[in-house]
Amino acid sequence: MSVLVFIETTNGTIKKSGLEAMYFGNLIAAQKNTSCHAVLFGNADKANILGKYGAKSVFYIDYSKGFDTGIYTEGVLSAAATVGADIIIIAHTFNGKSFAGSVAARWNAGIVTSVNALPNFDNGITVTKSVFSGKAVATYRINTTKAVLTLAGNSIQIQESGSEVTPQKLDWTPSEPKVKVLERKTSEGLVPLPEAELVVSAGRGMKGPENWGIVEELAKALQATTACSRPVADTGWRPHHEHVGQTGVAIKPNLYIAIGISGAIQHLAGVNNSKTIVVINKDPEAPFFKAADYGVVGDLFEVVPKLTEAVKKFKSSQ
Amino acid sequence: MNILVCISKTPDTTSKISFKSENKEYNPDGISFIMNPYDEWYALVRAIELVEQNGGNVTTITVGDASNDMIIRKGLAIGANDAIRIDINPKEPFEAAFQIAEASKQKPYDLILLGKETIDYNGSILGSILAELLHLPFISFATKLELSGKTFTVTREIEGGEEICQVEGPCVISAAKGMAEQRIPNMKGIMTSKSKPLNVMAPVAYQNKVEVLTFTLPGEKKGVKMLSPDQMDELVALLHEEAKVI
Repeated sequence: MSVLVFIETTNGTIKKSGLEAMYFGNLIAAQKNTSCHAVLFGNADKANILGKYGAKSVFYIDYSKGFDTGIYTEGVLSAAATVGADIIIIAHTFNGKSFAGSVAARWNAGIVTSVNALPNFDNGITVTKSVFSGKAVATYRINTTKAVLTLAGNSIQIQESGSEVTPQKLDWTPSEPKVKVLERKTSEGLVPLPEAELVVSAGRGMKGPENWGIVEELAKALQATTACSRPVADTGWRPHHEHVGQTGVAIKPNLYIAIGISGAIQHLAGVNNSKTIVVINKDPEAPFFKAADYGVVGDLFEVVPKLTEAVKKFKSSQ
Repeated sequence: MNILVCISKTPDTTSKISFKSENKEYNPDGISFIMNPYDEWYALVRAIELVEQNGGNVTTITVGDASNDMIIRKGLAIGANDAIRIDINPKEPFEAAFQIAEASKQKPYDLILLGKETIDYNGSILGSILAELLHLPFISFATKLELSGKTFTVTREIEGGEEICQVEGPCVISAAKGMAEQRIPNMKGIMTSKSKPLNVMAPVAYQNKVEVLTFTLPGEKKGVKMLSPDQMDELVALLHEEAKVI
């Protein structure tokens, strides 16, 4: 009876989504009056910190051949057996949601993905998630004693609540992966979109890729990640991984600034779980204003640089 | 090669959402349903392309009642050879995966394709459950899929980039945007779709692991606060003090 949290790492670095999952697992363990443990694959040099977010023990698996659903499923379940877990928490990242289902299937456990708040244990395990593109919230009950939950990003505010622990090697040897990872290409430096707390996004109103400088300036001033609408990605003005919306990435940052994006329902489907939405558009009838918290009607080529200046002024006064 | 493509129906994105039976069930009345775009535009079309290049057969599989026949016929019109429908409305993705796994054990497939997620629940776990139940390798979020011999080379999405990987078939692959271009059924496809086989199968007994207790609609937004282009300092102050996001 304990909680196990899978921690995703990139070259040994623990992602924010991993710390969120860790702290979420810690809160669940506290609710159930039990302990919380972590498991990760590969380099554990920076994993001591997991103790600060509630891990009683941290296990690492000596494996660095890249992501494979089968290997990750077996490894996590081996760790679950070691710590006697009955709940497994996995962050709802690309890789997390790619093997959470396999973990549940092999464990014969109920699974709910993209959970957005702490469970309730009064009558079975009840959890909530956002459904129908953010247009409703569903409450689920898991009827099995074991459960797998994936945690939606930016659903929980993490806090340090313990002290560092020394990772130990899990007594389990992975076999050869069936999926061979040949190459991995990621853009350096920036926070990946699904994890970003602040996002500056722009659309066709920008008129052309050569005008993106003002968007990047604003993003830089805020230390935000840049995103774009579908037409912009489709015409090749911006890379595809920046495309947010129904067919792109779905995000829920704390702040989403939409510049020159009209707010088609397919775009809103990917962003309307954002905590605060700012819309800048020259068309006062743009549908996005209906979903916004703050709106500015005006020429974006005038408004955006002014906003950037205001942000810089604010930052330097802090 | 034999390819199985999992297709399901979803409400159109523009649909108004409502619930019935004391908010325990989704209300389908007056809703226009479509084939889940990831299943249709990417998984199904790429399966048809692979069979056009290599020969073989594309079968679609759907878990649900007869109200799904409309999207199943559309799949046949786009170019699938035959279809299976398992006659039960699944209550959770695990149940749908379980029924598909049971049905697909009867005939070996070289590849099982499905969309990365449905646009209503966005769970994205059916593929990995199915792969595990069938003991097959699984690759998710594939934006590109090439076949050489029995080896599939796949480009898949990851946070802020992509990954290229290889796997030997048979396997399960979930499709994301980019894998293929949408196809509109032509008149010949629509005519022949009516005579293609649609096999309705009885479900296998399954004990639900998860159930929906209730749906709730989120509260109304408090309304947008408008500012003029000259009030950017005020906007930043509001983001800091009122919204507390910077």
